[in-house]
Amino acid sequence: MPEVDLATTPLRELNAALHRLKPDTNERHWLIANPAGKHAVAAGLDAPVTVEVNGPVGYYCAGMNKLATVLVHGSAGTGVAENMMSGFVHVAGDASQAAGATGRGGLLRIDGNAASRCGISMKGIDIVVRGSVGHMSAFMAQAGNLVVFGDAGDALGDSIYEARLFVRGSVASLGADCIEKPMKDEHKAALHALFERAGLDGSVDPSEFRRYGSARKLYNFHVDHAGAY
Amino acid sequence: MCGIVGLFLKDPSLEPELGRLTAAMLATMSDRGPDSAGFAVYGAGGSDTAKFTLRGKSAAAVDAAVERIKAAFTGATATHHDTHVVVGIPAGEADGFAAWLAAEAPEIDLVGRGHRMELYKEVGAPAKVAERFGLAAMAGTHAIGHTRMATESAVTTDGAHPYSTGADQCLVHNGSLSNHNNLRRVLRREGFDFETENDTEVAAAYLSWKLREGQSLGEALKGSLTDLDGFYTFVVGTENGFGVLRDGIACKPAVMAETDRYVAFGSEYRALAVLPDIGTARVWEPEPSTVYFWER
Repeated sequence: MPEVDLATTPLRELNAALHRLKPDTNERHWLIANPAGKHAVAAGLDAPVTVEVNGPVGYYCAGMNKLATVLVHGSAGTGVAENMMSGFVHVAGDASQAAGATGRGGLLRIDGNAASRCGISMKGIDIVVRGSVGHMSAFMAQAGNLVVFGDAGDALGDSIYEARLFVRGSVASLGADCIEKPMKDEHKAALHALFERAGLDGSVDPSEFRRYGSARKLYNFHVDHAGAY
Repeated sequence: MCGIVGLFLKDPSLEPELGRLTAAMLATMSDRGPDSAGFAVYGAGGSDTAKFTLRGKSAAAVDAAVERIKAAFTGATATHHDTHVVVGIPAGEADGFAAWLAAEAPEIDLVGRGHRMELYKEVGAPAKVAERFGLAAMAGTHAIGHTRMATESAVTTDGAHPYSTGADQCLVHNGSLSNHNNLRRVLRREGFDFETENDTEVAAAYLSWKLREGQSLGEALKGSLTDLDGFYTFVVGTENGFGVLRDGIACKPAVMAETDRYVAFGSEYRALAVLPDIGTARVWEPEPSTVYFWER
């Protein structure tokens, strides 16, 4: 199991080593010590490996992640898992603004709170936040699920497209063209499946959530294109 | 982009370490602001002595001014730090000294005044600036610092932060204001002078104006949410502590950490990573449009 101490190893060396990994690598579990808030830790991975980071990370940790599992035992700065394509990113602490921004796939789980603009312009990623999210979360969100166990800040889902938002607590205010929608059995089943993937099965009851989405008045929605989201 | 750090000590046993810790925090924020740096340190002082931080073009220019100051004010003391000097004047003579300085030593800039605040800023890499002024050896109860990446005005010492907003009070800023030209015209009409085209100098004068009108610092900061247009995280140093305010959009970063021994502010977590026991500190982001104060 490769162990890398960022107090002594340059970050570029670590990331270059991670980028060299082939899909059939035997180095499948990496341990990173002393990240000390450095930026772009384990960004740009493209191999089915697990990277465990022991401590808080800075901006863009696990950005553009593909296939990899990145576990952060600490908090994360701006843009964690930004533009993630696939894989799993788990932040044990809080995440700063723009967590999971523009993500196209994969699952981002945040055990603490996420700050403003969580899931901004998300395009297929699933984001589960066990705490609360800040203002302007899911701004212009196109596809995927944002699930919030706590509360949501102002202007949730402003100018939203077809992403699905689920909030268990209060919503300070809804953004333009974002409305509450009925929570049907299919949505509860979808949440249940998402919790299983996130390792949170049984921790909360899906029926406690309320669902929000697009009123489809701000953009040209055609039902024939519903499958594109 | 700019970097801000702040450290407020609860545990007096850390006070001799204030400068060393602040210098370490400041150095981590070099990437965010490599062109100039500055800091305010709240050290020893009392109500019987007024502290003036003065700046000259060179250490020699400052030495020459200090000789004249000592001849005119026999009770004056002077502590030299490169291009800056901290002059102590008996409190009763403080206003007279300020008037004398403006009239007799126009080549010397008054950077800050109060009873405890010392304020230093220069162009250059933050670690170098801290070293020139001997920040690491300074003691005190709290300090705020700034690393600048200029966007709104030239890279000059006058463009560096902090800006004094009143006695024992100063402001640092990360962000940019878009209505500073108009506001500067308003403030000129109110009698404020400006040295630069810098947006933060306008924000500082705005706070001074509101304080002059009788508002508290908290009220003045709240007022800036409607009167200042732009993106900002402000940190304000006061005689007893510091305040934090982020604009409603809150895109300029801010992270706080608190333990039994200190409260700390950083533009990024990296700045906090150098502090003792940071692993067990409570770390969080201040909310937008909310004024925070930590004071003793």
